[in-house]
Amino acid sequence: MSLDRVKHIVLVLSGKGGVGKSSVTTQLALSLSLAGHSVGILDIDLTGPSIPRLFGIESAKVTQAPGGWVPVPVHAADPTKSIGSLSCMSLGFLLRERGDAVVWRGPKKTAMVRQFLSDVLWGEIEYLLIDTPPGTSDEHISLAETLMKNAFPGQVAGAVVVTTPQAVATADVKKELNFCVKTAINVIGVVENMSGFVCPNCSECTNVFSSGGGRVMAQEFGVKFLASVPIDPQFVMLVESGKRPVYPEGTEINGHDLGSTGNAVQQNDDTSPLVEKYKSCSLYPIFRDIAKDVTNVVEGSV
Amino acid sequence: MAPSLEVPENIQDVLSSPLKAAPQLIAPEPEHCPGPESEQAGKADSCAGCPNQAICASAPKGPDPEIPLITARLSGIKHKVLILSGKGGVGKSTFTALLAHAFATNEDNTVGIMDTDICGPSIPKMMGVETETIHVSGAGWSPVWVMENLGVMSIQFMLPNRDDAIIWRGPKKNGLIKKFLKDVEWGDMDFLLVDTPPGTSDEHLSVNSYLKESGVDGAVVITTPQEVALLDVRKEIDFCRKAGIKVLGIVENMSGFVCPKCTHESQIFQATTGGARHLAKEMNIPFLGAVPLDPRIGQAADYGESFFDSFPNSPACAALKNVVRRVGEEMGLKPESVLPED
Repeated sequence: MSLDRVKHIVLVLSGKGGVGKSSVTTQLALSLSLAGHSVGILDIDLTGPSIPRLFGIESAKVTQAPGGWVPVPVHAADPTKSIGSLSCMSLGFLLRERGDAVVWRGPKKTAMVRQFLSDVLWGEIEYLLIDTPPGTSDEHISLAETLMKNAFPGQVAGAVVVTTPQAVATADVKKELNFCVKTAINVIGVVENMSGFVCPNCSECTNVFSSGGGRVMAQEFGVKFLASVPIDPQFVMLVESGKRPVYPEGTEINGHDLGSTGNAVQQNDDTSPLVEKYKSCSLYPIFRDIAKDVTNVVEGSV
Repeated sequence: MAPSLEVPENIQDVLSSPLKAAPQLIAPEPEHCPGPESEQAGKADSCAGCPNQAICASAPKGPDPEIPLITARLSGIKHKVLILSGKGGVGKSTFTALLAHAFATNEDNTVGIMDTDICGPSIPKMMGVETETIHVSGAGWSPVWVMENLGVMSIQFMLPNRDDAIIWRGPKKNGLIKKFLKDVEWGDMDFLLVDTPPGTSDEHLSVNSYLKESGVDGAVVITTPQEVALLDVRKEIDFCRKAGIKVLGIVENMSGFVCPKCTHESQIFQATTGGARHLAKEMNIPFLGAVPLDPRIGQAADYGESFFDSFPNSPACAALKNVVRRVGEEMGLKPESVLPED
């Protein structure tokens, strides 16, 4: 089994679609990598894979090697900067055309999820993040079953559950938390994504999708609330066009000062890898803390 | 050894292999049952030792004989519209709810919503009927009536507890969708709106194969402006094409946000690749309009109210009304009869 040399498995779940599971997975992976850990991402959203786009590696293809698929590398480890390696596997890498629909019924999805869990050559990595589609159906059941059967005790650290603040979203995410209870998956904590948007013109924060719903839900279910993550269009720009985030002077998010420091340095900086540029993103300090929480849970459980 | 997907399977094979009819079982389905209607019924690993195995394996192949029953049940419905998107959380259910409210403002119209999102049903909450249950009579299941001329059916009405997870594999979901079409007393209706989950999988294939004979007017595709969403929506349009579902058009939701304090407009979900407008052109489908991101739309949905009634004068409301009229137009209806001009 290709998961044998993976130390910890973390699932990223949500009952609701479009709340930011993939972007949370991406940022958690970058933050863990920046903390020096080696990370892999397995994207089991088969009909709507987003991970290849988020890392800007849509045209990459996986290669076959004896024994399975070789995941697509995002960046190699850089011990001098204490950055860990990062690689991904997604169905997106296996499609001929990016617009091709993957029209699969359940049994086929089940087979693919099982194969993703057994045939990817991750090598020696510390964290495997598994990004999932919305819902509690074939992919999730197969994932839970396979891990229950094949993972060694303590290997599955648990799930990071993502929601947005509004009641329509938490209603679905509560179902996902009950799924975790039923399948005995430990919930590491809840992330409330898209929690407020700061107007770039007047700095007024508007709760576009209301606010606080994630925290209330976490309390209700007795699980840890990890963080509220605001909407930052600069992050979207970073993944879409590779532009390093720059903020107007005096920008402060969750107590971290992000006002631009040395625009000049960043001008000709566009060739540095995503993981480097991400350090300038306002969301990095938030995810650095989430990554710490995840690491603590993992170390506590070993 | 890992197989390659370089040569993708023919999608027509998937589309044209309909579900089999469920055989009569002699014992309860085991835990890992692939579903008695599925292709693998009687043949899967988990079938070994199941008392039903022989029955499932020998069940007749071919199209579901109950499709004519569905067609008969739905014969009183004039127009059927699917609301689709490859991407989750873009506003399929919100738009479905608003479209239903808009169609129902004309008292002569009767409107129904069928919520086929089995694992994450949102329609009941948005319509303010989350705590209702289904009444069963000799004639079938009654939809939950939100207004005199607006009825809803969703799995949420069948759950003992509001937050219960529905941990179902595909075949079980297909079974329920079939029941929604075959056993619900929809009666005579002008519009049946079918809300769907994200993706291109069981629910979509089932809705398509069950409704094929009774005829679907088409699909309204919802997206948000950013490429991460458009990427999945492209796949959904590809699916519609291959399945022969007419795309009535595409709606760009959450398009731009006007700060309530300084009225500065920001692109929260930036259309770095031209948004839905560009995709519509690229795929040669009608562009139905853009609806701005207004936090009050989400609030109205949380409280189960109609945004049209709560904030009739907002720019988002005007944009939505235009989109509704455009949908009617693409269906070949007079915009005035769909939603009267204010």
